[in-house]
Parts: sequence; structure tokens; C-alpha cells
Amino acid sequence: MSEYIIELKDVLRRFEDDGSVAVRDFNLQVRRGEFVTFLGPSGCGKTTTLRMIAGFDLPTEGQILLDGKDITSLPPNKRPINTVFQRYALFPHMNIYENIAFGLKLKKLPREEVEKKVKRVLDLVDLEGFESRSVSTLSGGQQQRIAIARALVNEPEILLLDEPLGALDLKMRKEMQIELKAMHQQLGITFIYVTHDQEEALTMSDKIVVMNRGSIQQVGTPEDIYNEPKNAFVADFIGESNIFKGIMTGKLKCRFCGGEFECMDDVDEGSLVDVVVRPEDVILSEPEKGTVEGLVTAVTFKGMHYEITVESGKYEMVIVSTKAQKVGDKVGMSLEPDGIHIMLAEDHTTSFTASVMKDYSVMYNGQVIACDLTKLLPGSRLDADAQELRDASGELVDPESLKVQISIAPGDIEMSDDADAGLTRGRIINLIYKGDHYCYVIRTEHGHDLIVDDEYLWNMGDQVSLILPEEKMSFALLK
Amino acid sequence: MRFSRKHLALPYALFLLLLVVLPLVVIVVYAFSDSSGQPTAENFIRFFTDPNTLGTLFYSLVLALITTLVCLLIAYPVAYSLAFSRIKRRSVLLLLFILPMWINFTLRLTALKELLTLLEGNLAYHPFLNSVIGMSYDFLPFMILPIYNQLERLDRSFMEAASDLGASGFQVFLKVTLPLSIPGVVSGIAMVFLPAMTNYVVLDMLYNSTYIMGSLIGSYFAAYDWHGGSMISLVLLALICLFTLLSGNSEEKPEGGRRL
Repeated sequence: MSEYIIELKDVLRRFEDDGSVAVRDFNLQVRRGEFVTFLGPSGCGKTTTLRMIAGFDLPTEGQILLDGKDITSLPPNKRPINTVFQRYALFPHMNIYENIAFGLKLKKLPREEVEKKVKRVLDLVDLEGFESRSVSTLSGGQQQRIAIARALVNEPEILLLDEPLGALDLKMRKEMQIELKAMHQQLGITFIYVTHDQEEALTMSDKIVVMNRGSIQQVGTPEDIYNEPKNAFVADFIGESNIFKGIMTGKLKCRFCGGEFECMDDVDEGSLVDVVVRPEDVILSEPEKGTVEGLVTAVTFKGMHYEITVESGKYEMVIVSTKAQKVGDKVGMSLEPDGIHIMLAEDHTTSFTASVMKDYSVMYNGQVIACDLTKLLPGSRLDADAQELRDASGELVDPESLKVQISIAPGDIEMSDDADAGLTRGRIINLIYKGDHYCYVIRTEHGHDLIVDDEYLWNMGDQVSLILPEEKMSFALLK
Repeated sequence: MRFSRKHLALPYALFLLLLVVLPLVVIVVYAFSDSSGQPTAENFIRFFTDPNTLGTLFYSLVLALITTLVCLLIAYPVAYSLAFSRIKRRSVLLLLFILPMWINFTLRLTALKELLTLLEGNLAYHPFLNSVIGMSYDFLPFMILPIYNQLERLDRSFMEAASDLGASGFQVFLKVTLPLSIPGVVSGIAMVFLPAMTNYVVLDMLYNSTYIMGSLIGSYFAAYDWHGGSMISLVLLALICLFTLLSGNSEEKPEGGRRL
């Protein structure tokens, strides 16, 4: 007997018709009796993965092992795995008894045994005496229970559940969550559960597999996933969170959101990081007592608490507090070191938004930036004389409806002491020596903190002009 | 008088009254009266005692049943493979089967006649077989379409659930796909069986001189026996009503969830 009931090895699923990859590099080991949840937004590949475990879909590459044995291409009817379908899929031409007994009758079990098992499993889902009812007379919640009963009666090694509570109302869903969890504990079989509801995943699972765009983002216990998200996607998807781009400015020191904070994650000085701050971890105080100061811009009453939005320079922080604040008030914000979660950043590109003028030139901070709008609008043509931009269908494009997002990597920004040389100006508020170059944090005149790598030494507090080479910029249209 | 939506139905009501209800009343009156206009049940008794009419009824029934069966046997596999095929342009493929419907019916049968003559030498050798072939050819699309529609909109998770619960491919078909496609099959049968009972043009064109119900009525009317002809029409109408009621009932059943 293998240690793992099910194992997925380098599983990849590519769809033949359009060549798109639904699941890639999927490696997972599930222990006997675990409650595992695949969590992710729609289209992340979680259902496809479940379907491959059930046998409805075959992996293009990779292996699926059940108890150490390869079942990759075994048809669904040969697998000791049963599924609870998203919309239940109860057979409408059979009554409840016939639905539940379907699998048992195929196994040619004697009649008395079938009856006993059906009765037992109906007891389990609290629908005693429903044998002769027809499917259409049941409510959504009852159909859900019958679907679970129909799967469980076959005593599968693994029970797969594909968003089983999605069609139920909130109260019903909460009840079923508790009941499913109880059933799992009572039966001791492995549950693999698919949902896009992070709260559901956190409540029920032993282990959560967070997925996005076909690949696993993080595997861990609910506590791990919530407290120590591995990347910005996980942090954003699980619970409410504020995510900032930041830089390590010293040992256990990190600069983000316009301030320098003490933290607990030991990351090398100068590392570019993403910082996650949970809304409930922000401490509000008098303006001068906080690490950073901000202006309250919105307060929403949420029943148990208030959700407060505070703007600090270019940054925005969402805070959950039991005390209300007044919109327009100045507040201070501080954080305990354990309220800050630091992740190494994959991408630290700086982005800003430029506007489009009447003659379709792109303007930022009073300067024209060479950006070919016809490349951003596929099929569009620009008539230079008439100053008219027409899209693929020949419609005139309104320049005011366009906004261009300009992105540039930190290494591509240059500094100059000629105040008019660059696109924007700023003041150096941090400098970190990184061996062969210096890494600067520059607060721009618009309140943005930019990170610039430069081999020359500048001084703290220096006013610099920032040169953003146009050939290094990438452009995107904002809708 | 104010105009309301009800008044939009007036033209149809008039149509219904003049061309459906009134003729029906005339038929009923004629069926139960003799040539002097006296009410009588003689026509009714004559129908069920005359070996000629009963024989024709039997011949029509057998012909219609066999035609329906042939259509079903050809249409179901076609509809099934079309509905479950992974081909992207399924509708084009379906069109190929429906296309004959677009060609003029006389032209179609003339072509078939030539083909059968070529194969059999003389059409007179196999009148029954030719009639079955002609009618099946004519009515096949009416059997394919409803079955295809039913199978196509069938939720695939029913089949997956059955397979998940341990059913092999054939068991899935037998226990789930087939029972759930019955409504399509029933409306297909209704679409083929009823016209097959009454259609005599196909027989006519394929030189089958045996009478079926349609031609029998025609022959009575041609001989100015309005009363006897009306009675045959009425019996046929009753049979069709009976069949429609039966098929209508079974169509509702899968929704009710009881075993068929």
C-alpha cells in the first residue's frame, strides 16, 4: 500500500481543438483520508484536473497513480472513485432508490444488500424514507444530498466533489459545509473538492491547492495559505489583502506604501519584494503617531466591522476596524512586524498612466511620448493630415476615451541632475549598496516610490530627474 | 369597440371555423347518415364488416409500422453519432441528411423510381418493398431531427455520472442515454407514422396499386359514396387522435421521473 492514495506526476492537459493548455506541471500527492481542495478562479484548470482524476478527461502528458498503480488511461467505470457533479446529474428517469442503487445494481449485489446499503446512505444524508420519491420533487439541497449519497453508496476510495454547493443559497451552503466536513470525518475516505470560494476552502480543507492559469500556485494547510501566501496571486485570492511593491532597505526592514516598516521575514537587503498586509492587521492612530499618514477616503459599514479606505500619497490601504472613521480625516497607519508578509517579487515593473491628446499624441507630465496608437488598436489607421484615428471597423476613435499604461523595468530608468532632462523628478529617500551597483528608492513629485538601479553613488535627499528611455517602455491600452 | 390583442386571433378563428370545424361537422354528419339524409349507423357497421376496408386498414398499418421501424433503425444511429461527434461543423453534417427535404418531392420520387427500376427491373415485382423504401426515404429527416435534438441537448453529465458509477459504454447507453432520448424517439415516430398511414402519393408514384387508407377514401369519393368515404376518414381521424394522445403522454414521463 502506497503512502499516497492518489498522486499526479507532471500532468499536462492540452485541448486538441484550440491547442490551449488547461493544466500544466501539475504535481500533487494526496494522503489517504485527506480533505484536499482545488481552489482558483474560473478557468484555472481545477475542474479539468478533477475530471482527469475521475477519468472523464485524459492527461496529454504525465501520470496519475492510485495507491501507487498507474490509472492514467483507465476508464471512469474501472476506477474506485466517485463524483458528485456540479449540477448533481441525478437521472431524471429513475426515482431516488434507483438513482442510488444504480452503481450497486451494476455490481450485481443481491437485492437485500442493495436495499440495506441505500437505506444506510439515506440515513447518512438525513433523507430517510425518500426511496420512492422522484427527482423533480426534491429541492436543490435535497438533490445535492442524494447526489452525495449516490456517490458514497459505492464506498469509493476517493470522493470527488465539483463545486457541489455552488447552486445552493448562503444558509444552505454553510450547513452543507459543516455536514460534508462531518461526513468526511465519519467515513475517513479521501475527499477532493473543487471550489472558487476561498472561504469554503479555508473552512473545510486539510490541504488547499491554489491554482491559476493551469498551474499550482501554492499547496498548503489553510493557515499556511492565509498567513504565508507564496506570491501576490495567492495573497490576493485568499482573503482581503493590500499588496504593495516594496524593497528591503535593511535587515528586517522594508520600504513600501511610502514608509519604512520593521518586518519578520529575513530577506536580503535590496531585494525587490511584494508585501501583503491583511486589512485587519493595520493599526490606526493619530496622524503623527503612525509610520505613514493618510486621508480617509471611504468608510463602509459591514455589520461586524467597518471597511475603511485610506489614501497615502499614491497608495491606497484597505483597513478593517471595529471603530468608525470620518471621511476626510487624517489618520496614522502602523503595522506590527508580524502583520507584514513579504514575498520575493517576480516582476517589479513600474507602471503609470498617460493621457491621449486631441491629435492622438500620448502625453505624460507635459511631455509627448513616442507611442504608436495604431499598434495598440489592431486594425486601426491614423490619418496624419486630418488627425483622425479610425478603428478596424472605420469608426472614429475618441481620444478622450483612450488612456495608455506605460510600463518600464527598474533597471531601465536613468537618473540625471539636470532637472529638465527627464520625464519626471524625484527625491532619493533610500539607497542600498548591492555589490556592483546601488539601488535607490525615489519618491517622485507625484508621490510614487520608484526603484532605480544605478552604478553611480548619489546622496540621500538628492533631487534627481528621472529619464525613462522611450525604447524601453512598453505600452498597453487601458479600457 | 376597442382593439385588443384578442382580435388578432380573429383571422385564424375564421380560418379554423370555415376550413376545419365546418368540414369536420360535415364529415361527421355524412358519416352517420344515408343517401336520403336519414341518420344511420350503417356506414359504421359496413366499415367494420367489409373485408375490403379492414384489409386496407391492416395493410396501411403494417406499411406505416414497418416504414416507421426502418426510419427509426436508420435515424437513431445517425442522430446518435451526429449528436456525440466531436466534429466542429456538426450542423453541416446534419444538413446533409436534411437536404433531400429541400428538393421537390415529385422530383425526388421520380429519381428513386428510376433507381429502383434499374435495380429491380420492374417495379411491379416488389410493390410493398418499394413503398417502404419510398416512404422511408421521404420521411427519414423527420425521424432524425427530433432524435438528434433530444440527444444533443441531453446534459453530458448524465452519461458521465453513469460511467462514474461503474457502467460500461454499452450500459451507459442502455440505462441512461436511450431512456432519456425517448421523448425524441416518440415525436419522431409521430412525425413518421401518421403521414405514413395516410400518404398514398408515394405508392401511386411507385406503381403500387394496393389501396391504403388515403387512396381508399379517394376511391369512395370518386365513386360519389360521400357517406362511406366520410366514415373511413372519421375512423382514421380517431386512430390518429388515439395515437397522438398516447405519444403525448409518454413524452411527459421522463420529466416526471418515473420509469418508462
